[in-house]
Amino acid sequence: MTASFDPSQDFFALFGLPRRQALDTARLEVLYRDLQAQVHPDKHAHLSDMEQRKAMQWATRVNEAYLTLKNPLKRARYLLALAGHDALIETNTAMPAEFLMAQMELREAVAEAKQRGDSAELEAQHRSLKQTIRSEYATLQSTLDAGDYDSAGERVRQLMFQEKLLHDIDEALEVLET
Amino acid sequence: MALLQISEPGQSAAPHEHRLAVGIDLGTTNSLVATVRSGLAVVLNDALGRPLLPSVVHYAADGHSEVGYEAQAFQASDPQNTLVSVKRLMGRGRQDIQHVESLPYDFVDAEGMVKLRTAQGIKSPVEVSADILRSLRERAELSLGGPLTGAVITVPAYFDDAQRQATKDAARLAGLKVLRLLNEPTAAAIAYGLDNGAEGIYAVYDLGGGTFDISILKLSQGVFQVLATGGDSALGGDDFDHRVFCWIIEQAKLAPLAPQDAGLLQMRAREAKEYLTSHGEAPITARLSTGEYVDLRLTTESFTAITHTLVHKTLGPTRKALRDAGLSPDEVKGVVMVGGATRMPQIQKAVEDFFGCEPLNNLDPDKVVALGAATQANLLVGNRAAGDDWLLLDVIPLSLGIETMGGLVEKIIPRNSTIPVARAQDFTTFKDGQTAMALHVVQGERELVSDCRSLARFELRGIPPMVAGAARIRVTFQVDADGLLAVAAREQTTGHEAHIEVKPSYGLSDDEIAAMLKDSIRHATDDAYRRALREAQVEAQRLVEAVQSALREDAELLTAAERAHIDACVAKLQAVMIGDDRRAVDAAIEALSSGTADFAARRMNRSVQRALAGKKVDAVSL
Repeated sequence: MTASFDPSQDFFALFGLPRRQALDTARLEVLYRDLQAQVHPDKHAHLSDMEQRKAMQWATRVNEAYLTLKNPLKRARYLLALAGHDALIETNTAMPAEFLMAQMELREAVAEAKQRGDSAELEAQHRSLKQTIRSEYATLQSTLDAGDYDSAGERVRQLMFQEKLLHDIDEALEVLET
Repeated sequence: MALLQISEPGQSAAPHEHRLAVGIDLGTTNSLVATVRSGLAVVLNDALGRPLLPSVVHYAADGHSEVGYEAQAFQASDPQNTLVSVKRLMGRGRQDIQHVESLPYDFVDAEGMVKLRTAQGIKSPVEVSADILRSLRERAELSLGGPLTGAVITVPAYFDDAQRQATKDAARLAGLKVLRLLNEPTAAAIAYGLDNGAEGIYAVYDLGGGTFDISILKLSQGVFQVLATGGDSALGGDDFDHRVFCWIIEQAKLAPLAPQDAGLLQMRAREAKEYLTSHGEAPITARLSTGEYVDLRLTTESFTAITHTLVHKTLGPTRKALRDAGLSPDEVKGVVMVGGATRMPQIQKAVEDFFGCEPLNNLDPDKVVALGAATQANLLVGNRAAGDDWLLLDVIPLSLGIETMGGLVEKIIPRNSTIPVARAQDFTTFKDGQTAMALHVVQGERELVSDCRSLARFELRGIPPMVAGAARIRVTFQVDADGLLAVAAREQTTGHEAHIEVKPSYGLSDDEIAAMLKDSIRHATDDAYRRALREAQVEAQRLVEAVQSALREDAELLTAAERAHIDACVAKLQAVMIGDDRRAVDAAIEALSSGTADFAARRMNRSVQRALAGKKVDAVSL
């Protein structure tokens, strides 16, 4: 058992997980549930108001930690921030030209499919983009865990673009459905 | 699970006291109260053996008021003073209410939450709901033989902050301690899941009298995790009645109706709807005050046709909730049906077609929510038995945001975030010496403020004067386990806490609540002071038990001096709680609460450590 527990410790330490992009998600699930089973306000509702308030603060923190670590993009950004490289994401907006060109073409194709109401095409774009994103995350994981923060930062910026586009396709499909 | 208790010689250990707790389903059409008795959740019936309490209150001119079946009797003869489906008005402005013209009430023309003019003065929907809750509280206390420690009250999952707050305020007016506001579909999932040992992904399709909810849950090893929820807080069985009502008027070619005729035909419409659940055709007959005679037959085919759009309207939110959960319909293992309106055959068929599996109807759709709430209430007051270590993880149904430049919304907390959840946002001043700032908090998914629901305006005061842009005010938005929002603000460079004034858009201010409380005490039949004293005593007892159990578990976390201080506070509270000085009881409660603050923090840290060390507390204390 650790000697003392610091509520301001980072999310990896909170779950007792190594500070890496590679993550055993099944283990995170189990740890999350075990932690919530201890700190959730429902477990303290019969205790004093003070204990209930503490429980809410803890449960809030555990939820935030879980959400951050579960999502690979959030996890990567969090790791970069812990390593002091978060500025790379906020301020550096330079992107390789060919990436930007490809993105613009993709965006146009999506806009056209949306215009035509072609949900089959949108579904196909969704699938293909999802696949690209998956392999990007694999690359991100190896660069980040190798300590190459510069190229990890660039991947993160690109993934933010791609995730946004994926989200836009989702929304277009949602509009077409209704 | 309980610790072995070793008592001083000559002193017996306190018997494991069973605290009285109930679950209340405060429905649009009917309400219920349930409790756990000998390990089994049961609905508490009224003196005549009836489980349901119609959510109807009648305010007579002579100062008497009736709740339930007695009030329902006045629906045709005195519709203006007989308030039904008041849940639809909770936390709502007049412009929000559908078919407002067909309601027989006298609405007060004012901003904010609607109010109704009755023979007993102006009533807020909160007060009307409080009367229903009070009736259920009395039923429970009579049946259980003592004052309640607390209640879990259910709300539609899709209720926004204003609607939730209004419900909590109503409970407070009714003299109930709210242990938790629980989402109705989640309550149903608890009842279903625990009964059937269910594991996997389940959907709860809950079509009540006035609200529709769809929740997608993951049930796994005693954890009920809500993945996504959606719905429509103004869609329910009442709307089906209304379609039938309109159909009657159209078919019988009736002119605008007198209020009592409208009330009568609404009743006939509902009867026809219910009749069609088990028959192919429903007769509709009525004699109106004008002497006209209505004699119609509604077939299942016509009924299905005129309500088709309503059924369809439930599938949109269902699709959206599944998408939010990242699932497709075939990944759902079962669909639990809740709410009386799911008895309609066209609803059953629509759900079966959508999910491709037969809906689960093995629990009474009227009772399942109250039973789940009772189970949760029993757990929350600490009446734990073996196998009761399940956990509920629920979500916030609608995104929370703040108004930014140009009437746009910046999302602060996205929908379907697991609660409790908090987000901090930094703001700065734009004028030299600025000491106040206003925040407008809205709830909804749209980009424009005007398309979202206004929750409240927060005014932060007491910001230390600085040059423009120098102050850094961190505003924290905290949503608690009831799904209710609280806002706190702190200036970061000076650590100065800003004072916050809340102006709820569709809620009651603290002053209004205080006035209503006073009012209800003045009108109460029982001695108000004794009632308040009894409540303080119940609270004191709860606190003493909580602290004693904490001391049994974790006494070594305290130094001798700290222990002595807490013991003194406990002794003081125990001494005053048997007397009849309420203020002294309140003061001693306060002293013990603050005296145990550090202890509480240390206990929490320890339980976190235990979880991380892979040791369950159960295993430690067994």
